[in-house]
Amino acid sequence: MLLIACPYCGNRPETEFRCGGQAHIARPEQPGALDDQNWSEYLFVRKNPRGVHAERWNHAHGCGRWFNALRDTVTDRFIETYPMGERPRSEQGGATAPAATSDIQSEARA
Amino acid sequence: MLEVRYRTARTLPLGRVEARPAGVAIRPAEAEARFVLRIRSTEGEIAGLPLNRPINTVSGDDRRWIARLGPDEWLIGVPEGEADLLQTSAASDLAGRAHSLVDVSNRNVGIDVEGARADELLNAGCPLDLGEAAFPAGSATRTLLGKAEIVLIRRAGAQPRYRVECWRSFATYVHDFLKEAGLGIGEG
Ligand SMILES: [Zn+2]
Repeated sequence: MLLIACPYCGNRPETEFRCGGQAHIARPEQPGALDDQNWSEYLFVRKNPRGVHAERWNHAHGCGRWFNALRDTVTDRFIETYPMGERPRSEQGGATAPAATSDIQSEARA
Repeated sequence: MLEVRYRTARTLPLGRVEARPAGVAIRPAEAEARFVLRIRSTEGEIAGLPLNRPINTVSGDDRRWIARLGPDEWLIGVPEGEADLLQTSAASDLAGRAHSLVDVSNRNVGIDVEGARADELLNAGCPLDLGEAAFPAGSATRTLLGKAEIVLIRRAGAQPRYRVECWRSFATYVHDFLKEAGLGIGEG
């Protein structure tokens, strides 16, 4: 069984976890200032990379906590996991995860 | 009157009959009072039970225990008669600190699983590594047994002694699962 390293509990079986989709999506500071195109991109448009993907995961049947993970969608290998609000440490994360939460638009388009 | 109704509501859904497949005792626990505590900081204690122990460990003894299930979540078990006492102590021990203490005595059902091969039996439905290094005595965590969510506690002692805590509506499923798992121990 695939093991996922919860930042709080350590390596745990994958069946205890739920995936929460793409990570590092910040709600726009001024939703009212966005046009329909940008708002719909914030709501619906997500990356679907073949390779390293930054995702939110929830240790649903464990400590109950949300955290972030870098996962390779080709091999299903977890490169690293890290607490909410933090940035990935590894090089691979730097290439795909946004440098700051404000560049949500470009992230959605990438 | 209130007390009478309280007692009536706490009939044991699994009865008291002990099953003993392959030398592992599967015994429905007596009614107990249980509480879920949520609080940010881990300072101090509640009714003599410490909050600052590592995540996924249990402290106390068989009668009065506190399991830290997450950074800010604890499951507490005390004898049924001490339910009011615990709430009173919590009110004074945690006075002035934002917290929530919820009585889940009627939600939870406990099953004790004890015996040399208890870990094998549990592993029929629990994907955790229950080996001595990964899950020693004093460990406690929320996890899965088959399709049901449980809290698994390993009590003190060299002989494997576990408490399985599940929600009342899952209790018959979990109990049957354990008994059936016992039939398969030692095969293959
Ligand atoms: Zn966890």
